[in-house]
Amino acid sequence: MADVTLTIDGREVQAREGSTILDACRRMRIDTPTLCQLDTLTPVNVCRVCVVELEGARVLVPACSRKVEAGMKIRTDSERVRHSRRLVLELLASSVDMSLCSPQVRGWMDRYGAAPGRFGKQVATVAQPVKVDNDLYVRDYSRCILCYKCVEACGVDAQNTFAIGVAGRGFDAHISTEFDVGLPDSACVYCGNCIGVCPTGALMFKSEHDMRAAGTWDESKQTVTETVCPYCGVGCMLELHVQENSIVKVTSPLDHSVTSGHLCVKGRFGFEFVQRRGAKG
Amino acid sequence: MDIRTTGGPATAEEMAAVDGLLGEPQPADHRVVHGGRAMRSQRHLLLPVLHAIQDRAGWVSRGALEYACRRLSIPPAEAYGVVTFYARFAPQERGPVALHVCDDIACMLAGAKVVEGAHGAPCLGLCDRAPATLTERFGEAYEAVQTPAREAARQPGSRLLRRVGVVDPDSIDSYLQHGGFAALKLAREMGPAAVIDEVTRSKLLGRGGAAFPTGRKWQSVADAPVRPHYLVCNADESEPGTFKDRVLMENDPFALVEGMAIAAFATGCEKGYVYVRDEYPLARRRVGEAIAQARERGYVDFEVEVRRGAGAYICGEETALFNSIEGKRGEPRNKPPFPVEAGLFGKPTLPNNVETLVNVLDIVNGEFADTRLFCVSGQVLHSGVYEVAMGTPLRALIDLAGGLLPGRTMRAVLLGGAAGSFITPDQLDVPLSFDGTRAIGATLGSGAVMVFDDTADMRQVLLRIARFFRDESCGQCVPCRVGTARQEEILERMLQSPNGDGRADVMLLSDIAQAMRDASICGLGQTAANAIASGLTQLKVLNG
Repeated sequence: MADVTLTIDGREVQAREGSTILDACRRMRIDTPTLCQLDTLTPVNVCRVCVVELEGARVLVPACSRKVEAGMKIRTDSERVRHSRRLVLELLASSVDMSLCSPQVRGWMDRYGAAPGRFGKQVATVAQPVKVDNDLYVRDYSRCILCYKCVEACGVDAQNTFAIGVAGRGFDAHISTEFDVGLPDSACVYCGNCIGVCPTGALMFKSEHDMRAAGTWDESKQTVTETVCPYCGVGCMLELHVQENSIVKVTSPLDHSVTSGHLCVKGRFGFEFVQRRGAKG
Repeated sequence: MDIRTTGGPATAEEMAAVDGLLGEPQPADHRVVHGGRAMRSQRHLLLPVLHAIQDRAGWVSRGALEYACRRLSIPPAEAYGVVTFYARFAPQERGPVALHVCDDIACMLAGAKVVEGAHGAPCLGLCDRAPATLTERFGEAYEAVQTPAREAARQPGSRLLRRVGVVDPDSIDSYLQHGGFAALKLAREMGPAAVIDEVTRSKLLGRGGAAFPTGRKWQSVADAPVRPHYLVCNADESEPGTFKDRVLMENDPFALVEGMAIAAFATGCEKGYVYVRDEYPLARRRVGEAIAQARERGYVDFEVEVRRGAGAYICGEETALFNSIEGKRGEPRNKPPFPVEAGLFGKPTLPNNVETLVNVLDIVNGEFADTRLFCVSGQVLHSGVYEVAMGTPLRALIDLAGGLLPGRTMRAVLLGGAAGSFITPDQLDVPLSFDGTRAIGATLGSGAVMVFDDTADMRQVLLRIARFFRDESCGQCVPCRVGTARQEEILERMLQSPNGDGRADVMLLSDIAQAMRDASICGLGQTAANAIASGLTQLKVLNG
């Protein structure tokens, strides 16, 4: 593929044809906020926090999905860009519990001066009880920013199970199984790949959820041990998160050539066998 | 695809409804699996199947949905997402009759009240009959009945409306007697390139609201190397206060069919769709029958299908409409790619509004004049569709509709529907043209002209618009999903306590408006703040 030349924030850059504005920004080390974007998933460009100003375009364009074109003139820190990014973060944080988001997200909130409280106290939120309907993971949709990542990971981007989708419309849109049935009645195979891509802690290992509820979750006491899953011959890399000599959750690196961050139920939740958790052992 | 269904069996009635549309299922043979690809390729039939189920049973049960999913090879979670996206589908059991009462602006002004047991509905496109209702009776003989017209269709126009109330909309012979299909015959003699040239030369701008040059769009599709090409007639007329396409489809359906035949011929479209909103049962029936009659006589030589919307304003947005035809949630797509390159089913697509396509007849016949249909409603003597020349002053149009009711004075005009903006009484001389309205920061939009006199409660009007956008946002992107909700909340708060912290709230609304305009995916979010902003600044609704 050929290279194209474009201008970002006054600097000329070369970018691979077919790559996105976000790719180009990252190569220039321009920190661009993203919420619904993940390198292993198809861009859905719904959160709109990555928008940039493209000269000649009537509206801002999403950096995560817009492909580079020769001669594009892009501004990533104009007043309009800062305004929209700030508002997106404020609107989200005013309706969703974002307290478990990464420190990076909090950094963006500070950078853009997001003050979610300014819409007032009597505003609609997505607050609701946590859904605990199985022993492996919980769904706390009061933390859901509707980034579509879990739906994509459950669908054609990784698992092809299609147990969840987006239901409802507008502010009432939400992630749901068919007719909101519990996970045991749904098509869910408990691969946990939705947990792996969730950026807000809405989807969480039940072990982590229970420890947080008991006040014993302490990331400063956790170590991460890398190993290879022993269950089959695929060779998935596992990261065992261990606290006080007990495995509390399992992840896999996004950039691992075998997994791309995705596992199956055995790799993700089979750790229970290692430590014989539970009364019956 | 391994589809897990745990919801229990569908009733015989529900299964009959699905099988009636898809044909009898293959006899089960669990040793081999047949037709997976064939089943999946029918995914686009999800909305028709859901309509078939609901028309028969009155609602979409879990068993029925899962049966449909097995027949179409669609994951139930995804299909449930589709059911719950469209306002017209009911995933809860209900009685054999559904009464939809329009409580949108024009009907609200006419005193509409949603009685107990009825469903409040956004604009039903019957503003000339306000207050309006739509009644659905479910069962084997499903029927949907709109509030009937109080007077015979008026013909205040000379060109686009000339056959309205004159031809028999059920008879192709009647249409032929009034010069029907002469344009198509001429077009076929001229050849595709010459037809596109004529359309381009006419400078016709799309009548759906976005005012894109029609000729340019046709040329792009004709030039697209990828096949097949699709023609999509956008008849999902849902902008509050707009009903011109309904009047055309109900009274002169063959003209639309002829316009589509010319468009398909000129741009090389192998297949066409007419996407008619669910709230227009009569228009849907008449267009469907017109297509059948025209096909029988050889005027339509390409495949055309009438598709039925399911209660979603957003599906008037062209890419949301494509997703809806494909059997998905009506969520707009990011552009580019544009429909002319990759539209319906990812193929080059020509999306045109009903009025745009009807205009093509006169262009080919050499009788084109730049007139346009306007839907005048609200507090005027004779609500209806009026055809006037572009550039006609707004005041003249309102006079044509009989003017205000006796003894009233003008308060405002909402131009372009909920996505448009308010005009004040001192701006009534604005010429109704794209440039004329732009000069005062307004837009013609879909041609909706809603008139308010001094008795109108403008606060309630603004709130209704805010609620409309909150209800109709698809929920995909953050600025619109949360922005429309916050907009409604803040407006409500301001109107309740006019002496409160008004200035801070005005700032908040303007901040939200700018982000919605700049960062929303589609035109709905980008325009969702227009009318409210103009109501607050132009009309000073808060101060009076």
